[in-house]
Amino acid sequence: MAETAEKAKKQERVAMPEQEPKVRARNFLEVPTGYTVKMAQDEASRCLQCKKPACVEGCPVGVDIPGFIEKITEGDFTGAIRNLWSKNALPAVCGRVCPQESQCEGRCIVGRKGQPVAIGNLERFCADYERENGTGELPPKAASTGKKVAVVGSGPSGLTVAGDLIIKGHDVTVFEAFHKPGGVLVYGIPEFRLPKAIVAQEVNFLERQGVNIQCNAVVGRTVSLDELFEEGYDAIYIGVGAGLPRFMNIPGENLVGILSANEYLTRANLMKAYEYPKVDTPIPLGKNVVVLGAGNVAMDSARTAMRLGAESVKIVYRRSRDEMPARQAEIHHAEEEGIELFLLTNPTKYLGNEQGRLTGMECLQMELGEPDDSGRRRPVPVKGSEFTIDCDLCIVAVGSGANPLLTSTTPDMTLNKWGNVVADPKTGKTTKKGVWAGGDIVTGAATVILAMGAGRDAANSMHDYLTLGW
Amino acid sequence: MFKIVHREEMAEGTVVLNEIEAPLIAKKAKPGQFVILKANEEGERIPLTMAETNPEKGTITIIYMVVGKSTALFKELKVGEGFQDVIGPLGKPTHLEKVGKVVCVGGGTGVAVLHPITRGLKDIGNDVTCIIGARNKGLLILEEQMKNASHDLRVCTDDGSYGHHGFVTDVLKDVLDSEDVKLVVAIGPVPMMKAVSQITKERNVETLVSLNPIMVDGTGMCGGCRVTVGNETKFACVDGPEFDGHQVDYDELMLRLRAYHEEERKCHNDYCTIRDAK
Ligand SMILES: Cc1cc2nc3c(=O)[nH]c(=O)nc-3n(C[C@H](O)[C@H](O)[C@H](O)COP(=O)(O)OP(=O)(O)OC[C@H]3O[C@@H](n4cnc5c(N)ncnc54)[C@H](O)[C@@H]3O)c2cc1C
Ligand SMILES: Cc1cc2nc3c(=O)[nH]c(=O)nc-3n(C[C@H](O)[C@H](O)[C@H](O)COP(=O)(O)OP(=O)(O)OC[C@H]3O[C@@H](n4cnc5c(N)ncnc54)[C@H](O)[C@@H]3O)c2cc1C
Ligand code: SF4
Ligand code: SF4
Ligand code: FES
Repeated sequence: MAETAEKAKKQERVAMPEQEPKVRARNFLEVPTGYTVKMAQDEASRCLQCKKPACVEGCPVGVDIPGFIEKITEGDFTGAIRNLWSKNALPAVCGRVCPQESQCEGRCIVGRKGQPVAIGNLERFCADYERENGTGELPPKAASTGKKVAVVGSGPSGLTVAGDLIIKGHDVTVFEAFHKPGGVLVYGIPEFRLPKAIVAQEVNFLERQGVNIQCNAVVGRTVSLDELFEEGYDAIYIGVGAGLPRFMNIPGENLVGILSANEYLTRANLMKAYEYPKVDTPIPLGKNVVVLGAGNVAMDSARTAMRLGAESVKIVYRRSRDEMPARQAEIHHAEEEGIELFLLTNPTKYLGNEQGRLTGMECLQMELGEPDDSGRRRPVPVKGSEFTIDCDLCIVAVGSGANPLLTSTTPDMTLNKWGNVVADPKTGKTTKKGVWAGGDIVTGAATVILAMGAGRDAANSMHDYLTLGW
Repeated sequence: MFKIVHREEMAEGTVVLNEIEAPLIAKKAKPGQFVILKANEEGERIPLTMAETNPEKGTITIIYMVVGKSTALFKELKVGEGFQDVIGPLGKPTHLEKVGKVVCVGGGTGVAVLHPITRGLKDIGNDVTCIIGARNKGLLILEEQMKNASHDLRVCTDDGSYGHHGFVTDVLKDVLDSEDVKLVVAIGPVPMMKAVSQITKERNVETLVSLNPIMVDGTGMCGGCRVTVGNETKFACVDGPEFDGHQVDYDELMLRLRAYHEEERKCHNDYCTIRDAK
């Protein structure tokens, strides 16, 4: 063991090749281009195959990390993907977007002295290898139970439930408000980070297994939950995400040129506005762009603006670098691409011209004070530090809340004070009989893997209900 | 696909009517609600109010003015062809109530949006006067239908080619001065709704308007449709599209409607050049 530890330490983590920052900052192709078989096996050989793997504890769905990595070293890529699938329905997605540094890789033993095993990259490799070389064979399906399940929302949470329940023999229909399935994976996370063809293939995989996906169905408007029960559905899963944009509520916010990140990214990703005028949906092209916020959503917005040809893109955030919630890889990529960080800066007012268009914003410099409720040091304004930033486009990425469209038409389901659905953390059961919920609509904006984990727990509980009772 | 089963051109071809198969939406829709339509894979999501619904037949009817690329593309669709996506019903239905004397004011394609609301108000027992206007006689739409949906129809044209010579607001003032009007519903171009609201505010008559900001999802998810009403920001797609006309910041709405003006003009011109060259 000591010997292998020495070896792993000596052997550098295999970096995944990436497009050059200068080149990629102006195109929408994926940034990291993937491991070759050799690279994957070299990286896999760095894993110590721990008996009590700390990494697994860091993964919210408990992926058997040493197990699938061992299969890679053996060259059994089919075995590796099967192993991954048993815990995680969307490894191609998670390998790309999980915040590995604070989950699996953050716990990896090799990471104590050097760079942790690149678990995410390896997971991505297996999924990509299967997609490109696999047989596309469908998993075996249990005999039909005759039970009908409705899944509302086709984000990672809803897709997980659909995939799990179809295999268990239930008849599954997914209702999606947008004209395309995938949730944030299609309308939020950009092409250069998660190619839409991958999401489409995952959805297609579910359809081939028999999942019926009904787009353009706004539950709460086109049909209500009670009407779904009347139509003969036996159980319903709600995975509608956190689709309510938050704004700053500072003067001038309705000037032309100020968009929520939801709007900006939906135009860019779902509507493919970066190909305008080849497609019909326009997107505002800013010369000097400011993005408010410092999470993944902010990084995605900033990097999209850069790719759309901005001269300058600034991220304005009121706390310091340590508090930035985005994945490290995204912050690093953004900076490499020329995006500037204006930390400890808080906007107080938008400035506009006579045409009602944004021309700039007034900001205050902040400094860190005493810790607040979240344990993070509270930013407090520095007196007399006002200054202006010129900008013609501002993207507001300061978080999102629970969209009330569905819940307001379902009065007999309990919500918390922020409007999130109250669900049992173990089973996903809501207070309404026959209805489960999970993902961002329950937890508030979180991560893909947590939304999937909640989906899996709920699917198990729903299966029990459908076969045993409430 | 959502198939077009009937199609008409009105107002010298500047306005088009499509009756579309959409049984789920037809069953649920109420006056004042809208749908979002997308013609094809590359298409934009365009909000249009349902001018008519037929739950038995499973169809909805939209009436739209051809103003840009997307509506020009819609106009090309023939009976038997259809829209790739139709989403709805969206927005809050009109709150229909018996109040007594009501005046419905419509301009341009706003008349189409006004039609089901007018009929709804009449059906529950209100005394409804309707004032509709257009630039000239040829551009007037739904005159016959509006006559049937109300007790008294007044028509205006800007150029005097038909009916009263002048704006709908002139006639509205006359009616407000001679009768005890309880409610005014105004739907049309933003400047018209603004003018109507100014007149009714002076006279303290409750006024309902239907706003048409630029939208993307129509479900309260993007905030692109935000409007200021009574100094508060509202999302028109879920909080509206109808609002208290006296509270709306029309000037802001007009500026926001022009957000993509340059891009849209170019896109439309390119499209027409290519289409006409074919
Ligand atoms: C720009 C962006 C970047 C992100 N980056 C990362 C990242 O790098 N890593 C990470 O782990 N997480 C990331 N996240 C967070 C992650 O995407 C979410 O936590 C996750 O997608 C939540 O999944 P969900 O299934 O709960 O909901 P969603 O993915 O939001 O899907 C909900 C679906 O429900 C549909 N819907 C909503 N209302 C209705 C209704 N009434 N009827 C029918 N359908 C409805 C929506 O249209 C949507 O398709 C990011 C989020 C965003 C916005
Ligand atoms: C809730 C709602 C209901 C509507 N109902 C109807 C209806 O029943 N009949 C009808 O004819 N129109 C209706 N509209 C307006 C219609 O959506 C627009 O005319 C349409 O989006 C224009 O698309 P386009 O691509 O053809 O034109 P574009 O190329 O997008 O625009 C052409 C011009 O119209 C302006 N414009 C863009 N979007 C809108 C908009 N949403 N509203 C008004 N002007 C806009 C642009 O600034 C530009 O100057 C409604 C709008 C909303 C929000
Ligand atoms: S699912 Fe995410 S957290 Fe779990 S092992 Fe894979 S990358 Fe790590
Ligand atoms: S902790 Fe690191 S070295 Fe140990 S099994 Fe997990 S990935 Fe391998
Ligand atoms: S259209 Fe997106 S919130 Fe109204």
